[in-house]
Amino acid sequence: MADVNRGNRPLSPHLTVYRPQLTSITSIFTRITGNALIVAGLMIVWWFGALATGPEAYAVANGFVTSWFGDLVMLLSVLALWYHTLAGVRHLIWDQGHMLDVERSEKFGIGMIAGSVVLTLLTVIIV
Amino acid sequence: MPYITDRKRAMGMGSAKTGTEHHWLMTVTSVALLPLTVLFVFTFGRALGLPYEEAVAYYARPWPSLVAVLFLATGWYHFRHGVQMMIEDYTHGFTRTALIVAMICVSYAALAASVLAVARIAL
Repeated sequence: MADVNRGNRPLSPHLTVYRPQLTSITSIFTRITGNALIVAGLMIVWWFGALATGPEAYAVANGFVTSWFGDLVMLLSVLALWYHTLAGVRHLIWDQGHMLDVERSEKFGIGMIAGSVVLTLLTVIIV
Repeated sequence: MPYITDRKRAMGMGSAKTGTEHHWLMTVTSVALLPLTVLFVFTFGRALGLPYEEAVAYYARPWPSLVAVLFLATGWYHFRHGVQMMIEDYTHGFTRTALIVAMICVSYAALAASVLAVARIAL
């Protein structure tokens, strides 16, 4: 315990002092979308479990997943899934040392947002 | 003067120890998930909402059931590691430990349940 002030030193500037930027927002949404997919994920596991169990269980699960609430969750989850997928592609590109400058990261960020919306619309049309 | 021991102050502040392994694991699973996600969305999307007999018949086929098993197993495994990273970033102490343990259990339970369910339908 030589330095008694070790737990109480001034901190470097953190999130709260920065204006939101495209790079930081697209990054945090990668985390939010990935983790939020647990909701749809558990609904899908329930759907498969019910399908394996029998017609009555399936009617309940399928009814819930295709209700207006289930549809809303699935729609948002498809958007989250495509966004997270494109963000993952960006991470794979970054990991290889490409597109690390702000300008191209932001371009890809806009592409991710637009791309996930387009892919979601495409999914809604095809499925 | 804060009455805190050296050990207490250092706890949870060290390196992750298995960072390289984690990164490699997320790389492999994310690459695997790229084609699997596309395949799963368009096969599951077709089956969702079908009447019971048709849904069973659909997932009794080897191709959609293989896609479902691979996607759900890889996806839950990827989730299990991703969610741990989030918990480690935002929580500390006992809360962190408890949440990590709980989410690992939930992830593997979901993985096992989905694989078992698809296997029962397909076989």
